[in-house]
Formats: sequence, C-alpha cells, structure tokens
Amino acid sequence: MNVIYILWLRQIKRYLRSKARMIGSLGQPILFLVAFGLGFGPIYQKAGEGSYIQFIGPGIIGMAIIFTAIFSGIEIIWDRQFGFLKETLVAPVSRTNIMIGRTLGGATVAAFQGVIVFLISMIIGFRPLHVAYLPLAFIIMILISLLFTAFGTAIATQLQDMQAFPLIMNFLIMPIFFLSGALFPLEGLPRPLELITNFNPLSYGIDALRATLIGGSHFGLGLDFLVLSGLSIILLFIGSKLFSRIQI
Amino acid sequence: MIEVKNLTKKFGEFTAVDNISFSVKKGDIFAFLGPNGAGKTTTIKMLTTLLKPTAGEILINGNNPVTQQDAVRKSFGIVFQDQSLDDELTAFENMEFHGVLYGVPRDERRKRIQDLLQIVELEDRKNHLVKQFSGGMKRRLEIARGLIHHPLILFLDEPTIGLDPQTRNHIWSYIKDLNAKEKVTVFFTTHYMEEAEKIAENIGIIDHGKIIIRGTPDELKKKTNTSSLEDAFLQLIGSDIRGEGASGVDSMRMHRKLWGR
Repeated sequence: MNVIYILWLRQIKRYLRSKARMIGSLGQPILFLVAFGLGFGPIYQKAGEGSYIQFIGPGIIGMAIIFTAIFSGIEIIWDRQFGFLKETLVAPVSRTNIMIGRTLGGATVAAFQGVIVFLISMIIGFRPLHVAYLPLAFIIMILISLLFTAFGTAIATQLQDMQAFPLIMNFLIMPIFFLSGALFPLEGLPRPLELITNFNPLSYGIDALRATLIGGSHFGLGLDFLVLSGLSIILLFIGSKLFSRIQI
Repeated sequence: MIEVKNLTKKFGEFTAVDNISFSVKKGDIFAFLGPNGAGKTTTIKMLTTLLKPTAGEILINGNNPVTQQDAVRKSFGIVFQDQSLDDELTAFENMEFHGVLYGVPRDERRKRIQDLLQIVELEDRKNHLVKQFSGGMKRRLEIARGLIHHPLILFLDEPTIGLDPQTRNHIWSYIKDLNAKEKVTVFFTTHYMEEAEKIAENIGIIDHGKIIIRGTPDELKKKTNTSSLEDAFLQLIGSDIRGEGASGVDSMRMHRKLWGR
C-alpha cells in the first residue's frame, strides 16, 4: 500500500512542479474548443443538430484526458533514459504494485486535466445537463484516465527511447482521438467508419461523458462502463506482465 | 553469499561476459576490477535481476535471480554506475522514495536519511531539487540513498567516481562500519586501485569478459611480483592478456562492438 502511495505521490509531485507542462497541455484542447466548437457552430446548427459546443465539449474533455494519460504512461521511457527506472526495477516490490502505483498517479493527473478543460469549456459556452450528474461524469473521467495511462505504460515498456514517439503520436493517439466520435455523432456513419469507432475504446469513454454531461448515449451507459473498466483491468494486467520483463 | 557458475552473457555476436565462475563469502568485501568494458557492469546487472544471463547459474543468498527475483531483490542494495535519481524530486524525496520501496519503517527511515545526508554533507540541501545539484552532489546523494536500507549484500558500481578524497573517506568508513557491524557483504567495482587495495579483502580481475585472476590484494601483488595493486593490475591487464591473447585488429574490433552497443 505504501509503495503504491509513494509511486502515486511521485507522479503528482512531478506534475505539479512542471507548470509549463500543465499549461502547455491545455493549449490544444482550448484551440479545439474555440476553432471547432465555435467555428463549426453555425453550420452544425443549420444541420439541425443544435449547439456544436455542447456536442464537442465532452469530446474535448476526453481528448485532454487521453493525451495526458498516454503521455504519463510513456514517461517510463524518460525514466529509462535518465536512469531512474533501474531504481524502481531492483526494488523488492511486486511489478503489479509498481504498475498500479504509476497508473494511478498518471490517471489522477489526467483526470485533473480533464476537470480543468471542463471548467474552461464552461467559460467558452458549454453547459452541463445537471449538477447531479457531475460526480458520475467525474468517475468516467477517472476510468478513461486509468484505461489510457495503463495503455501508455504498456506501450512504453516495449520502447527503448523516444525515437518511436512520432509513430505513436500519428498512428495511435491521433487516430484514437479522431476516430472516436469526439468530433462527430456516431449515428448514421458509413459502415467502415462505424466499425472502427465500435472497436475504439475511447468511443465508449466519450459516449459515457456525453451521457452524463449532455444526456443521450449511443452505446448505453452500462456498456460504456463495462468496456472502460474491463479494458482498464486487462491493460493493467498486461502492463505489469510486460513491465516485469523489462531488461536494462 | 554470491555463487556464480559458468556465467555467460552475449549481446548478439559479442560476448560481454564469458563463462565466469566465482563466489563471495558472507561478510566479505570483494572488489571486482577490470578495464572499461571488461564486463563488470554487465555482471552486476545479471546479479541484480536487471539482465537475464545467456547461460550459467547465479545464486544470491541461495536464490536464483532469474526464477526467484523477489527473494533476490530483498537481499541486496545497489549503487549504480550511472545516475538513477529523479531530477524533479528533492534530495529528501529521493531518499524517502527509496526507503518506502524497501519497506524501512518510518522512524528508522527518517533517522537514517538524516544521518546519511549528514555523512555526505547534503543535509542543508535536502529540500532542493536534484536537478540543481552538481555531478558530485548527485553522486553523494546516490550513495547515501543506497545505504538507507541495510541489505545482506551491497553492490557498488564505481561508487566513488568523481568524488573528492574527504567524501570518499567518509563513505568508505561508513561502509566498512556497516560491514563490520551488520556483516553486510560488499561487492564493488572501482578504477581507483589504491582504494581497492585499502578496502577489499578479496579481489577478482576481469578482462574481455573473463576472470583472469583472484585473490587477496597481497596475493595478487606476490603473484605479479609488484609492490602495489596498481602495478599488479597494469601488469595483468596491460601486457599479459592483451599482448598475447588478441591481435591488434581483434582488439580494435572488440572495442568497436563494445562502443557501438
């Protein structure tokens, strides 16, 4: 328990100490909220779908979360390069606990980032359905954070250095975000795109955020919950297996 | 305490550690010496569960680092050759992190951190971020951190590199004290031969992945007919092995592979 706590604490301290990173990672979601949310607003309205900023708000919160979460997971590569990973690897603690501690730390940071983006979206014009649903929305943010931090960590265990980073960015993070229904409704999509979005875990995360923040769900909140929590557990498990195989 | 039998590690074509065998008794202070790239660090990594051997067997306090990783990890502490601190944490936080990972009870942990920071003369800097430290300060902190828990075996991979004589003295006297009082087995590497001569009870010299000689400092000097360990080392490494064992081209190739890795 102590071990998980100290690993968690380390991630939080690192996050709070790098203000540049905190602020820098807000730039992209804000840009999306303004450019897409406000820019596409009129045409979305004309199509008879109502307010686009309402629709895109949960999507952008999801975006802020998965970017932060995957980056937190990938931080292991930095630990490897700066040598700190060795310190954790030789310690007499179970790899599962290391994985859980790290993932909880990264996920806390990502969920926090999600909350900040939520508050910013309120300033830009987003209005949640009802205050009563906010705690549930927060739980979903945590679940998405857990899932994608574990995902990032699992990937990072397989990489030696940051050289593969553009690959991950362009072939993993970007597609997961763009093909998730964060920016467009999942109803009435062309068949191939529909298939892809159905297999994208983030689709369920954003669907659940929408269900709790603006109402209405594509997959149903129950299925969303099941997919998010089930995948989180599976990825944590795979991650700790991969983690225990790291050689330096 | 440490038993190594026919241990080999290959990286592709290159054999970093070539069929070595040795043992270190409980309470011994063992110096593992050799030129750069001889295989010292690779051996230590295999002993400490960080690398899997290609062949051979290791027993650390009776446990196998490949199959009984947890038991092995519980029995040793290590100070790495290169940096392994978290730059974004303070000196104290780095020590605290280590103490918690190794399950040192809170009161004892705090006391030892205090004492050790004093020994390495960093107590007034304990709340500074490590990234503001100089190289020597980081090194000192690294060693202090490695001593928070008192393991059965302490691995020190070139611990005193880049430190001034006073600090080296402080640190070695702390380690000798630990060895005397708690029977901690010490396994260290160094390039300072006078340090090895003074501290080590037993010495093994490795070159090109093979152990070429073992014995006490006095035995090594006697065997080579020299008056200091440094001379003995130079004689063993300098002329005997490289001159006869490998041709010039071979050793160049070896070096290229070594540095390319």
